Amino acid sequence: MRRFLVLLPPFAWLLALVAAPVAILAGIALSQGAPGVPPFLPPVSLAAGWQGTLENILTLVQDGYYAGSFLRSLVVAGVSAALCLGLAYPVALGIAAAREGWRVPLLAMVLLPFWTGFLPRLGAWIGLLRDGGWVNGVLTGLGVTAGPLPLLYSDAAMYLGMVHAYLPFAVLPLTATLLRRDLAVEEAAADLGASPWVVFRTVTLPLSLPGAAAAFLLVFIPAAGEFVIPELLGPPEALLVGRVLWAEFFQNRDWPLAAALAVALLVLLIAPIRLFQRLDEGGSRRGASPPSRVGGTAADGRRPGVLR
Amino acid sequence: MRRRWSLAALLAALLALPAAAQPVLNVYNWADYIDPAVIQRFQRQTGIKVRYDVYDSLETLEGKLSAGRSGYDVIVPTSEPTFARLVRAGALRPLDKDKLPNLRNLDPGLMQRVATVDPGNRYGAIYLWGTVGLGIRLDKVRAIWPEAPLDGLDLLLKPENAARLATCGLAVMDSATDVLPSVLAWLGKDPNTSDPAELKAAEQALLAVRPQLRAIPGSGALLDMLATGEVCVALTYSGDVIQAAARAREGAKGVELGYVAPKTGVHLWFDLLAIPADAPDPEAAQAFIDFVLQPEMMAAITSQVRYPNAVPASRPLVAPAVRDDPSVYPPEAALARAFVPATPNQAGERARTRLWSRFRAGR
Repeated sequence: MRRFLVLLPPFAWLLALVAAPVAILAGIALSQGAPGVPPFLPPVSLAAGWQGTLENILTLVQDGYYAGSFLRSLVVAGVSAALCLGLAYPVALGIAAAREGWRVPLLAMVLLPFWTGFLPRLGAWIGLLRDGGWVNGVLTGLGVTAGPLPLLYSDAAMYLGMVHAYLPFAVLPLTATLLRRDLAVEEAAADLGASPWVVFRTVTLPLSLPGAAAAFLLVFIPAAGEFVIPELLGPPEALLVGRVLWAEFFQNRDWPLAAALAVALLVLLIAPIRLFQRLDEGGSRRGASPPSRVGGTAADGRRPGVLR
Repeated sequence: MRRRWSLAALLAALLALPAAAQPVLNVYNWADYIDPAVIQRFQRQTGIKVRYDVYDSLETLEGKLSAGRSGYDVIVPTSEPTFARLVRAGALRPLDKDKLPNLRNLDPGLMQRVATVDPGNRYGAIYLWGTVGLGIRLDKVRAIWPEAPLDGLDLLLKPENAARLATCGLAVMDSATDVLPSVLAWLGKDPNTSDPAELKAAEQALLAVRPQLRAIPGSGALLDMLATGEVCVALTYSGDVIQAAARAREGAKGVELGYVAPKTGVHLWFDLLAIPADAPDPEAAQAFIDFVLQPEMMAAITSQVRYPNAVPASRPLVAPAVRDDPSVYPPEAALARAFVPATPNQAGERARTRLWSRFRAGR
């Protein structure tokens, strides 16, 4: 009974804020579009009984247009997540290696831009990258380029915006994982003659994999559905799933198809989340058992942290 | 970005505690589309507080209204397609003509043009109207190509012309609804066509110049780009170009921005004052519409936003610089060539949206 009471709030939360909206979305995805307010017929009504349709879901599968946009979104999300991971790793390593008093200020510096508004930051990039913007102003002013370079509305600008927006999501889990690792293991490897690079490659890196996977996914998942950044900074051909969904909802006023797209995106993203859970379980097993073993042999009075 | 702003404004409006005594009117209008002094005078005269919120695309407006209970009392949809669809969906409330004496001020000829979608003009009163055409940074274009043909869509849609001007920036506003009819007319086709072959021709014409386009932004963003000089030729709404020109002149950088209505057929549109069926305060909405339709108010609005209105008695009161600008009030000859596009059916709409996303994607 106590257990039930403890579990009730999180379950109520999940039901109200996750299960119910998804169920409503799935209901709209199964309904037929019709002019009116709202612009569809409910899939089940008291008067007509079942009047839903699988047509919207079939359209998603049969029309290559949607598969194409999903694929592009996954590629953009993958590249953004990889770029974030690549940038975040040295930052996280540095923060984890810093003296204790320094860690919080360093983390704050990573998070600080995150606390300012999202749109003003994008607006700042527009101001920097546009034809009459600062970057082009400096380049032409110094005579590096003859005229303004088309920096804005490009893939590069889009990835810049993505990395800038999502970098803290990658730094935080990596830092947490790297801080938790047992330094005695690295020390043991160094004592046994491994060079710093070999220590990093064979000990530090494998130990940080769960954090890296979390970092990758925390960027990948929101980036896959990202709408605003590609729209404001990216090239017009960046036809990602967010944009396609917007067009179905607002331009075609086809709420059922838009809902079907949203459900499909959700289902697609469950796969990497499951993968992450598996990695995490495997990783924590790998991360937990060897240090306890090594920790036992290393407990002969030497101070850990010789590497530093 | 504007879309987000208006969302924030809506949220603020929802969070604001409703004043117990003072009636509140929620107006939802296009961005940069009124003289703020008119709102202040309405508030002073009637004691009704106006909460003013803006959109920069019909999609945003229609999306919100389709969800129901939008909370707005006055909206300003464009006659085709949004107003027409809202009338058909039963989403609007008929105007109570007894309470709107100033409806008589409206030009019957222009109201007749809207009656095709709203027989008897039961649901809407024309607020402002305009055309779709080219905004041209004359100073920049002349610098690249002194004898460029500045009289029509050839400038943008002929690939060899587009290639010549690409360096100074070309753009088309992101609206299948308001761009395709002009492109079809330029090709000599029916602007309302649903014929796949004719739509394909329009798509190919657009794709032929697609590599030269710097951006395909929303109309609000395009106004800024014209004003800052980010683009030098843009297909967009007439008044946006004229507003951008005024804004650029304020910046005082020797900017010369002109508007050209296509000689191959001018896309004419009307924005109508209307009341959603579920408006919380329809009485206040009627009062606002009647107030705005006074010649003095319409003159102030036209002077400010540089779009023509449909109240002939306001004409002498409009600021002379705006009144005598042929790009604001198109000459009779141009109006004779003008067409009001019809609203495509669902299948035609989807074909056009799909065409548009292929054009955006450039493939």
